[in-house]
Amino acid sequence: MAVLDVQNLHVFYGQIHALHGVSLSVDKDEIVTLIGANGAGKTTTLGAISGVLPVAEGEVSLDGQPLGKIMPHDLVKMGIVQVPEGRRIFGRLTVEENLGMGAFVRKDKDGIVESRERVLEMFPVLKERMGQVAGTLSGGEQQMLAMARGLMSRPRVLLLDEPSMGLAPMLVEQVFGAVQQVRDQGVPVLLVEQNAFMALQIADRGYVMETGEISLQGSNRELLENEDVKRAYLG
Amino acid sequence: MAFDVIASSYREREKEHTPLGHAVIAGISFGATGIFAALVGILYLFHERWIVAWVPEGAADPSGLTLGQSLLLVFAMWAGVQVARKTGEERLGAACLLGAGAGLVAGAVLCVLPIIMSLVKLRFMFIALTQHLYDMLTSGLGLGLGVVVLLVAGALAGAFGALLYRLSPRARRPIIYALVWMASIGVFQELIQLLAQQEVLDPIREWFFTWDGLRPQGAIAIGLVAAAVIAVWDTTRARLEETFVALPQGQQRLLHGSGVALLLILVLILFPLVAGNFIGQVMLFIGLFILMGMGLNLEIGLAGLLDLGFVAFYAVGAYTCALLTADSPYAIGQRVDWFPMFNWWWAMGMAVLMAVFVGVLFGIPVLKIRGDYLAVATLGLGEIVRVLVLSDFAAPVLAGAQGVLNIPPPYLFTGAAVDDPIELYYIALGAAAVAAYFAYRLENSRLGRAWTAIRDDEDVAQALGINLVNVKLLAYGLGAAFAGLAGAIFATMLTSIYPHSFQLIISVNVLALIIVGGMGSLPGVVVGALALIGLPELLREFGEYRFFFYGVAIVAVMRLRPAGLWPSAARRREMQLEEETRAAVEAQLAAETESGAASSPEGPAR
Repeated sequence: MAVLDVQNLHVFYGQIHALHGVSLSVDKDEIVTLIGANGAGKTTTLGAISGVLPVAEGEVSLDGQPLGKIMPHDLVKMGIVQVPEGRRIFGRLTVEENLGMGAFVRKDKDGIVESRERVLEMFPVLKERMGQVAGTLSGGEQQMLAMARGLMSRPRVLLLDEPSMGLAPMLVEQVFGAVQQVRDQGVPVLLVEQNAFMALQIADRGYVMETGEISLQGSNRELLENEDVKRAYLG
Repeated sequence: MAFDVIASSYREREKEHTPLGHAVIAGISFGATGIFAALVGILYLFHERWIVAWVPEGAADPSGLTLGQSLLLVFAMWAGVQVARKTGEERLGAACLLGAGAGLVAGAVLCVLPIIMSLVKLRFMFIALTQHLYDMLTSGLGLGLGVVVLLVAGALAGAFGALLYRLSPRARRPIIYALVWMASIGVFQELIQLLAQQEVLDPIREWFFTWDGLRPQGAIAIGLVAAAVIAVWDTTRARLEETFVALPQGQQRLLHGSGVALLLILVLILFPLVAGNFIGQVMLFIGLFILMGMGLNLEIGLAGLLDLGFVAFYAVGAYTCALLTADSPYAIGQRVDWFPMFNWWWAMGMAVLMAVFVGVLFGIPVLKIRGDYLAVATLGLGEIVRVLVLSDFAAPVLAGAQGVLNIPPPYLFTGAAVDDPIELYYIALGAAAVAAYFAYRLENSRLGRAWTAIRDDEDVAQALGINLVNVKLLAYGLGAAFAGLAGAIFATMLTSIYPHSFQLIISVNVLALIIVGGMGSLPGVVVGALALIGLPELLREFGEYRFFFYGVAIVAVMRLRPAGLWPSAARRREMQLEEETRAAVEAQLAAETESGAASSPEGPAR
């Protein structure tokens, strides 16, 4: 059974029909990537899953349980955590305080300490910077911190929105390495990316979106070798 | 940054003047400033306040030095300082000569005014150009001699300014401090004499002051003491700082904390005891604004919710208290049979609850509004409350423009009424202390962290599982509680309340005081209230001009200490961060232009 299952999602922005029945699923131990051009509806899909945007039709279920109408902040408690695009960390708090914010919904002190240990093992860069003000971190470190912060609430699934945005190629590689780490630690990832080639390199499966619909899906190998994908996204 | 660039290019251009040119320019600008002050009327207003004054034998009017004359002298002095700075003249004598030149020019420019006044009547245009002003500018000596006095005084002051600029800081600081203290004590002599109104102190007071100002001997004594204190402080400071830094962290904090506590106790607790009713009234007002500042600080400083309608909660608190306690036909207890009359203490509790309720109601329509839009929306909501109270519709219940009268004072358990401003002040202070404790605990609580998160980034906060609705409504509700409390005290302080007591300016004042004090900082609220509410009250006799000082003070604080007078640790960190980022960006830009200049042949030729 899929951890995250999305069926026939429709979203409207006023009169504009932005998503036309998007269906996708994320299984245990996998990275699933959602690729597509600008404006294809990738971020909208994420917003609909995490409850920020109103869903007109369709259903999101977690571990087979339909979520129904739910407030975005309650989703975090249930285990769906989104890391928003653009490395939005709390710039004037320290790295440690940022991680603390990530565990906001949790009250088990011992568990939080343990999660922090695990997260820091995954992102050793952050360990050296615990007391540093987060705004002074480099772009790559900030993205890692954003992911680490998301992991602090012990999610069932992590939704990553454009983690490579605005990063130098070398840092993108680092960040994607970290995404694989997250998966290896048992948290499945739904990765939304414009950088299709890089995303398909690390993903297990992928979906290609075009104008609000899933136009293609398959394993990473299939997509990497697909002629249409190659022409459109891989150049 | 653009401003700095323009300013620096302007500075570049200025270097081309000859030293004499600098002197003329500085003299003209400061002379013109003096004329402006005279035309606006502020100069003569200042002239009515003595700094040093004595009554010569047989004379009716005192003579001495007024604030207005000092202002002109300061302008001339500043012209001297400017010349010394701009020309960078190293030799002391030459610098003084240039300064004297600048001061002379400033005096000459000022002379234009009495000369014109003696020739043409300009009063129909500039109402400030009175005979009194003429007398002031000519020192009452007639035009010829008066002009000479202006020129000589200007030249002397200019030379003095240049001399001060050339002196070493060690010699300069005591002189400046002596002058500043003489001036401040002279200006506030009335207040100080009022405070020293004790029989034991009488001989001392009379040695220092006449009824108009400082005696010359008093001024000299004060100057000497100030200079000595600052000189001793300058020599021992480095050593003291060394010992302080050498102390372990815990002791440092303890020492710092106890110093602050001592100061607060002195100013907030003991000072009003000896100060008399006028100061008590001012302190009470400050206390109310401290309370409101703490409330708004929760909303803006912690949760980042800009609120310009804060006065609404103050009004709700005041009206609740009034309608529950007043001996007036509008009081609920007198209109409804079964409803009891409240005493003030219970009414205060109800005022707080009502304010919380209204605060939450107030928050609901603006939940989804952010940033600047939120400021405007809350502005509207705040006005709605005032207009509603004024309206005919609500008049039968809320008394409309007539207001609610006869609000009783609080009674202690001994049966004594608390109706004197100083006693009420202590109630306000006690409330502020409790409120400060709450605010402090809230800041470090889970809720406080949620507020920090929504202030920094609402979307991310939500993505981390923070319930935006609850957290925002709590910010409005709890912030309003403090204002409701202040309102209840305000109602009993005035014993009657009217809708026009709750103007927008109160919201603006509260906002300004927390910005000046330091966003998000509790001690900052106290300091801000003392500075922004206390000072204008003490400057009351300058009439409308005190708002001018108020404006100048705010601009100066924002320019010199952008994080506020007493910033919170987080804010200080943030400013530092901005500073570092800017420095990094500038360094990068500089490096780029350098490499750009090196690679392009036209670069350096420009």
